[in-house]
Amino acid sequence: MSLTSDTPLRLAPVNAWWRKPWLFWLALFVATWAFSTYSFALYKAFDARWIVRFPAALQLPTESWVSEALRWLVEDASFGLFTVRDLTRAISAAIEAPYTVVRSALATGFMDGQGSAANQIAPELSWIAVTVVMVALGRYAKDCGLALLVGACFVYLAVFGQWDSAMITLASVLIAVPLGAVGGLALGILAFRVPVVDRALRPLLDLMQTVPVFAYLVPILFLFGFGPVAALVATIIYAMPPMVRVTILALRGVPEEIVEAGRMVGCTRRQLMWKVLVPSATPTLMVGVNQVIMLTLNMVIIASMIGAGGLGFDVLSALRRLDIGGGIEAGLAIVVMAVALDRLSQAFARRAPTVLADPGQSYVKRHPWLITVLAVVVATYLAGLVMPGLRDYPESATLTTSAFWERAMEYVNVNYFDTFEAIKTTVLTYLLLPIKKFFTGIPWAWGIIAIGLAAWKIGGWRLGLMAVLMSGFIAFSGLWDKAMTTVYLCGASVLIAYVIGVPLGIWAGTNDRANAVLGTIVDTLQTLPSFVYLIPVVMLFRVGDFSAMIAVVLYALAPAVRYAAHGIRSIDPQMIEAGLVSGCTRRQLLWRIKLPLAAPEMLLGLNQTIMLALSMLVITALVGTRDLGQEVYIALTAANTGQGIVAGLSVAFIAIIADRIVSALAKRSEARLRAGA
Amino acid sequence: MRNTTALVATALSLAIAAPATAQDSTDPIRITTHDWTGQIVNATILAEVLKEAGYNTELVQADYIAQFAGLKTGDLTVGVEIWETTGREAMDEAVASGDVINMGEGGMTAVEEWWYPAYMEERCPGLPDWEALNACASEFSTPETAPFGRYLGGPVTWGGFDDERVEALGMDFEVVHAGTDAALFAELESAYQRQAPIVLWLYSPHWAPAKYEGSFVEFPPYSAECYNDPSVGINPNAAYDCGKPTGPIWKVAWAGIDEKWPGAAEIIREYTLTNDEMGALVSSIDLDGVSVEDAAAGWMSANEATWQAWIN
Repeated sequence: MSLTSDTPLRLAPVNAWWRKPWLFWLALFVATWAFSTYSFALYKAFDARWIVRFPAALQLPTESWVSEALRWLVEDASFGLFTVRDLTRAISAAIEAPYTVVRSALATGFMDGQGSAANQIAPELSWIAVTVVMVALGRYAKDCGLALLVGACFVYLAVFGQWDSAMITLASVLIAVPLGAVGGLALGILAFRVPVVDRALRPLLDLMQTVPVFAYLVPILFLFGFGPVAALVATIIYAMPPMVRVTILALRGVPEEIVEAGRMVGCTRRQLMWKVLVPSATPTLMVGVNQVIMLTLNMVIIASMIGAGGLGFDVLSALRRLDIGGGIEAGLAIVVMAVALDRLSQAFARRAPTVLADPGQSYVKRHPWLITVLAVVVATYLAGLVMPGLRDYPESATLTTSAFWERAMEYVNVNYFDTFEAIKTTVLTYLLLPIKKFFTGIPWAWGIIAIGLAAWKIGGWRLGLMAVLMSGFIAFSGLWDKAMTTVYLCGASVLIAYVIGVPLGIWAGTNDRANAVLGTIVDTLQTLPSFVYLIPVVMLFRVGDFSAMIAVVLYALAPAVRYAAHGIRSIDPQMIEAGLVSGCTRRQLLWRIKLPLAAPEMLLGLNQTIMLALSMLVITALVGTRDLGQEVYIALTAANTGQGIVAGLSVAFIAIIADRIVSALAKRSEARLRAGA
Repeated sequence: MRNTTALVATALSLAIAAPATAQDSTDPIRITTHDWTGQIVNATILAEVLKEAGYNTELVQADYIAQFAGLKTGDLTVGVEIWETTGREAMDEAVASGDVINMGEGGMTAVEEWWYPAYMEERCPGLPDWEALNACASEFSTPETAPFGRYLGGPVTWGGFDDERVEALGMDFEVVHAGTDAALFAELESAYQRQAPIVLWLYSPHWAPAKYEGSFVEFPPYSAECYNDPSVGINPNAAYDCGKPTGPIWKVAWAGIDEKWPGAAEIIREYTLTNDEMGALVSSIDLDGVSVEDAAAGWMSANEATWQAWIN
């Protein structure tokens, strides 16, 4: 059926009414709506309960299969001389060694011995030294502006009393990011060279990004031991996939002329890779590194649950004490660190090669900055031995805004609760509940058929078959109802995020000042742990779907805004010029020229919005939703690995189906643009 | 002068403890700390007691449930607070694996029940009786639950049979489950600030019953038969027509502890704290701003006889 990949332009002359795509979609929607509305009546009429509930007799024991397989892997699996667990424990030790060094230098000082019997043999670096190093890095990577920004970020950490925790978090970032980046680069190069690896890796990367971490937390703890290292491993699993993807893309994107030139001067395969391909792809590769940094900081909270400590732990314990201000301060410390590291890594990506200093001069003269920084580090370290204030930021000089937040929250709560309640009730009644009814009413059998048909129509029979198999897995694991609740909650949230985000993005795309402000807001929302705003949200909107939706929308807004802005900005100015010349009004310019041209980019944004919405599921479970996220969470508390992984896979399958459908749509819309041009 | 006495005392206690530690490992005993104050101070006190007995200890941050994975492999050694009410399933699973052992009761009793703030007594005369609560269920209703009252239950993972209880007692309430206890307390804080109606699941020992004025609802008293046998209780056709059971808080440890630190294992088995002691510790930390270490040190100096008895 190559029909599906045809462009509408070529379809148009065929007049057969059943080939009109809108008719297919209308029919599919009407049928689904009818099934959803009357499924209960059908069940009563035919006395066929299987219509609304998946029959228990058909359910596959996927949970116990997974549990068994994992038990074998963790306890019995062996390579002959040593077991899998020996291997992972060895890896664990290999990661732990550098981590301990970095953490000692930044946070705890160097210790002799373990536990309470340990003695400090050398203290950690002074807070002044760390700040100076960061400032110097900012100056080196770009300019004094960046140096000032980075400096301000680190001073914030000290002044708001977050220093110690922040350094523990920084230590894990300094280990996780290089491992994730180098590992991702290696896998990416391998996939670039060996097509088989590429094909095998793709689904694996999808799973790494979409299966919630809680689902595989317990096996990780068994294999890698309890503590910071297991947290680092979980972080790397989650943060590495974008690096792999970006590497593949970047290497493929190197212009053929450059590769040709490399071949002509007689490069070997290795030289071609490391001297030609990787250097020319470096700017794009740095985008991947930047993603690794961001995702690593996203994992800070979960990592702190399994012994990583640091800022994530501060956020969690503030949450338990209902200390809103404390949570916000620790959360903002994570944002601040993300901002500093993000801007630094971006600056390094764009850094112009510097002019080499005259080699005739002495080393000190050639490297004045390096020498100054080293001098400060050594001086503050030695001075810190006598003057504690130089080593640890004095506690008496720290600030806290905790009381302010407490009062502000109380004021809003007491005075505006009723207003919020009215808004909530309206949105619930006219938007959320109808969507919920529609999705949860769809009988499982028709649901599988409908998603298969939709996927087939958009992306061909392969996609259709994959959608049927994946949704079948969910149904046969007995998770259909929970999956539909997930689809409803994420669907509604994505809709809202998109409706809010795209106009904002268009605005940011046409107005530089708006772009700067919105960019900052969106960055903050994405790196501020959602646990921080969960408490205020629950205080104002109570436990329930609405609170969950707000959390998802806030988090998933970012890509909708970013991609729309990027789409508008990357439109060829000549097209807009042409529109102006032919007398378009501003409205026509937007609707007839800008939006259609930015459509493929916006669809990519939709894709990312869906992915982020799904990755928030575990958080929504905390405000009491009864969806797949809750299933993963329940499995974790009941120590049921199989249940967790099956539910996690179901989340991943929903994500993968959505991803493939939206990508196919984006491809079609791009093809349409090209056919039109 | 006082310093010297303290030194002598420490030296003496070390001397007494030394024989016990002779066969014990000098590796640190890893005690887990979670994200709530009571448990952290509990773990800190146990660590102090073990230190007095000459052991090497280390406090490790770990998630309440995820810690079992570490206890099974020996990466972690001791967990001091496994609540019968919330951690039983995970504990049973771990003990059944043979790698974790139950170290006995921790001395405290977990109480959990429906709870209402004191200002509701005016609007709802007859409280804390459950029938009085039911009579003014409409006071507690919200747009989502109307005409029923809204009861905010604990996370689904806590169990508690509240849906069954409402059904069995014919109560005009709808059970809404919070996903985590932070959400529970956020709602309570919000309602308390506005003096708005709320009835929800609270538990003690915890700082909340100390911070907010209010009481637990009185249901028909719990019995095992009431939960297992429908014919027992007010409703002859349904189980769960009574209040919730109270349960002990357990201590657990890695199964290898008896071999590696036999003396410490004995001390851990004897170690207990009461509800009142815990209540005082938690209030002093969360409400008066005393640091965990100071609170633990205060307990140590006030209860020297108690812990000396565990050590010897």
